[in-house]
Amino acid sequence: MSHLPSILHPAGIEAARISQLWWTMFWICTAVWIAVAVAALIAIRRGHRAAAVHVPDRTIVRNVATAAAISIVALIALLSQSVLIGRALNTLRSDDALRINVTANQWWWDIQYDNPVPSLRVTTANEIHIPVGKPVAFNLFSNDVIHSLWIPNLQGKIDLVPGRRNELWLQADKAGVYRGQCAEYCGLQHAKMALVVVADPPDQFEYWLAANRASAPAPVTPEQQRGKDIVEKGPCAMCHAITGTLAGGRSAPDLTHIASRSTLGAAAIPNMHGYLAGWVSDPQGIKPGNRMPPPGLSGEELQAVLAYLETLK
Amino acid sequence: MSAPQKRARDEEKRPRVVEDDARLSRQAQERQRLELERTWANGRGFIAWLAETDHKVIGRRFIVTAFGYFTLGGILAALMRIQLAKPENTFLGPDLYNQIFTMHGTTMMFLFAVPVVLAMGVYLVPLMIGARGIAFPRMLAYGYWMFLFGGMFLYLMFFFNVGPDNGWFSYPPLAGPEYGYGKRADVWAQLITFTEVSGLVVATCLVVTIFKLRTPGMSLNRMPLFVWAMLIVSFMVIFAMPSIVISSTCLILDRLVSTHFFNQAEGGDPILWQHLFWFFGHPEVYIIFLPALGMMSEVIATFSRRSVFGYTEMILSMTATAFIGFGVWVHHMFATGLPQLGQSFFTAASIMIVIPTAIQIFNWIATIWTARRLQITVPFLYMASFFFVFIIGGLTGVMLASVPLDRQVHDTYFVVAHFHYVLIGGSTFPLLGGIYFWFPKMYGRMLDDRLGRISFWLLFAGFNLTFFPMHLLGLGGMPRRVYTYPAAMGWQGMNLLASVGAATIAVSLLVYLVNVVVSLRRGAVAGENPWGAATLEWATSSPPPSYNFSPQPTVASSEPLWHSELAPPPLVGLATDRREVLVTFLLDAEPDHRYEMPGPSLWPLLTAITTSIMFVWSIFNPWGVVWGSIPIFVTLTGWFWPTEKKERIKHGIHGRMRPSETLP
Repeated sequence: MSHLPSILHPAGIEAARISQLWWTMFWICTAVWIAVAVAALIAIRRGHRAAAVHVPDRTIVRNVATAAAISIVALIALLSQSVLIGRALNTLRSDDALRINVTANQWWWDIQYDNPVPSLRVTTANEIHIPVGKPVAFNLFSNDVIHSLWIPNLQGKIDLVPGRRNELWLQADKAGVYRGQCAEYCGLQHAKMALVVVADPPDQFEYWLAANRASAPAPVTPEQQRGKDIVEKGPCAMCHAITGTLAGGRSAPDLTHIASRSTLGAAAIPNMHGYLAGWVSDPQGIKPGNRMPPPGLSGEELQAVLAYLETLK
Repeated sequence: MSAPQKRARDEEKRPRVVEDDARLSRQAQERQRLELERTWANGRGFIAWLAETDHKVIGRRFIVTAFGYFTLGGILAALMRIQLAKPENTFLGPDLYNQIFTMHGTTMMFLFAVPVVLAMGVYLVPLMIGARGIAFPRMLAYGYWMFLFGGMFLYLMFFFNVGPDNGWFSYPPLAGPEYGYGKRADVWAQLITFTEVSGLVVATCLVVTIFKLRTPGMSLNRMPLFVWAMLIVSFMVIFAMPSIVISSTCLILDRLVSTHFFNQAEGGDPILWQHLFWFFGHPEVYIIFLPALGMMSEVIATFSRRSVFGYTEMILSMTATAFIGFGVWVHHMFATGLPQLGQSFFTAASIMIVIPTAIQIFNWIATIWTARRLQITVPFLYMASFFFVFIIGGLTGVMLASVPLDRQVHDTYFVVAHFHYVLIGGSTFPLLGGIYFWFPKMYGRMLDDRLGRISFWLLFAGFNLTFFPMHLLGLGGMPRRVYTYPAAMGWQGMNLLASVGAATIAVSLLVYLVNVVVSLRRGAVAGENPWGAATLEWATSSPPPSYNFSPQPTVASSEPLWHSELAPPPLVGLATDRREVLVTFLLDAEPDHRYEMPGPSLWPLLTAITTSIMFVWSIFNPWGVVWGSIPIFVTLTGWFWPTEKKERIKHGIHGRMRPSETLP
């Protein structure tokens, strides 16, 4: 099932720890706010009414000092809680965890499941599948500007900085679909640079991984064949790759299993026939400024391309 | 010189009570006043208007100009709220929206918040310390013109669709040569240069004024808290600005002549920019905040009819804030992947900075608690709202200091809510209260009480309605700086609420503006001291004359107008046929020497024009720096051309005072 993004509805251990920290802070801060607001109100009422009731300076000094001391104790409590949770967030690390390379581009995510055997690598885009209950590490890179990967229900964000490698560790404890989003302003279409994280039970995840190692299925109908020809020989292959075909571009999302993904345009729109048709014929209308030029297909060519793309499960 | 002799000489120099000094007779005073009027007058006409160097006129222009930019920034905010009122809105496209949020942030930080608080200092500080004028008045005028031209340049470029669109923080590589297309990022970086020049100039004027022009008797420990705040803030400006000078210059160089300061492919580092920017950017928050605290202290003391409790602690707290403020910048960068141990130190510092502010808040509450008949006036309402509004921002600030929590809410609407609570609650509310409080001094008329209350409560309600829901949006996963959002996220309700709140804020500010415009013509005449305040700016007519005081008062307490029985006789003996001021010693404000202030001049304006030409030229062509410097050199030469009359030099007007010349 699909979850609304929220840091208060954690679906993984890391987000749960942070949410627990949030509630500690929330209650302490609320108490402080109420205390100060009440003190200010009483002071205003008293000051307004009382005609110079003398309060000795020593009493005031004592009260101010007490309030300051309480604040310091509360702040130290918050600081230690924060540092402890920060340390706890580091305990997920392990050597044999699943590692996924996430490379940010303006304005989409390139996802690669690494493997020492090149043929076992899986490349996809804008949709990350992870097994439930297992720690996962994201190796984070950027090809252009600074981005930030944030999946609120699972973990805090971390930036993807060009020329550096950052790591994000997380673990999903509940199966489901979680939305992630770029959280560092990265230019024109920063708003529509999202992604989907699918947490599957481990066996289902393994199945997905195996299915995605396969090359693209061969076209069956003549229309699909025609679609494949257009993709391979037309403008699509300049940027996109479809494993097992002549399309080998590397500067746009991999399309080998495009039909199995749930969204298009970095989670800008759902992956359904009408939306796909809209995206292929006029990508600039849906996400103005994105790097995909309108391919200029005729109606018949468009139908063929769609027919082919929809076979790429 | 033997010790007793020296002591005798020092004794001579001290301001003394000379009850029967002929120079204090009424006729003599009147003669003196008329002569001061002639000496300090600025001519009439447009040219004289341009040549103005009176700190009160420049201060007012500064404030009015800053509020002009505030209005523009506010209109941009309203456009954003219209766009975000519903999901998938097409009112603004991404390109325009990104320019607008960048312009909004840049305007509010660089063209409103900092200039307006400094401008309040420019207007008030010389009056509060009993000085005839501000130090380096021509340089001050230059600072004003640079500020005006910088803002005009930014908005001109924005109307030509070359408005910056990389956020008010302009992170490379997005703002660098490869991804920041056209001239948009250059416009931003060069605007920063304009405001740097202006800010540094004003801060220098204020520091020197506070240190050297205080009237006799106003030792450091008798300075009003607002003056202390301005002193501390001016030093912060002087220490924080160089960092942004370096970073914006490096950015321009990267873009203009292909240096690679921030290009990781050539050995540069994009994270370096963030360190440099936030090393300036975080102190900037306190630069905006501390003067507001100074205003709070003045207003609360006035209406509580007692001095602020814990004067020394207040000063130490502000100083501590200023120091710690330079050690917290990394909390803007917790998501960049810095090592954890280092981050913990910045968490600790960011939490520690709460303590001095908390102490000030407790002291204010104690002051109000022990008030002698507290008057709940409109300015007091603005200051009191600080306790309810700012504190929410302060507490969410503590949350953001925590690395794990910050990694969740960083760059979301939670942060947007946080810093609007801090900046509007901690600075704009006190500022609007301060304007209401000092308006009678500036323009001689009172603002209307009823309109004032309506405006305040509308602002209070509208502000909370706009920004409180943003906390929830952030917790619900809405990132900042998005031009639209999908309907399925469940964010539309809170966004609509925020937009309604923004409309309320607009109405409230409109009421405030109407109040100002109406009161300028029809407000009750204020008189010298309408609020019964204690500090020296209320010891002269409203609005004050160009020479501020006649005669110049001296003081023997920190609330001179409340302890008039202690008031020492005023200062006499300074020449009135030229703009002579008394320079005093730093700690105890004992007379040091006489100094002749420069008068009105067109050179600051001309120099500002040539500097602006060079700044703008240089973003289009590196040779602009070379050729554009020549006119600057010419105007500066004109400015500094010696005009001192020989005779005056002979009389040693800048010399140390001889004992025979002591002032009474």
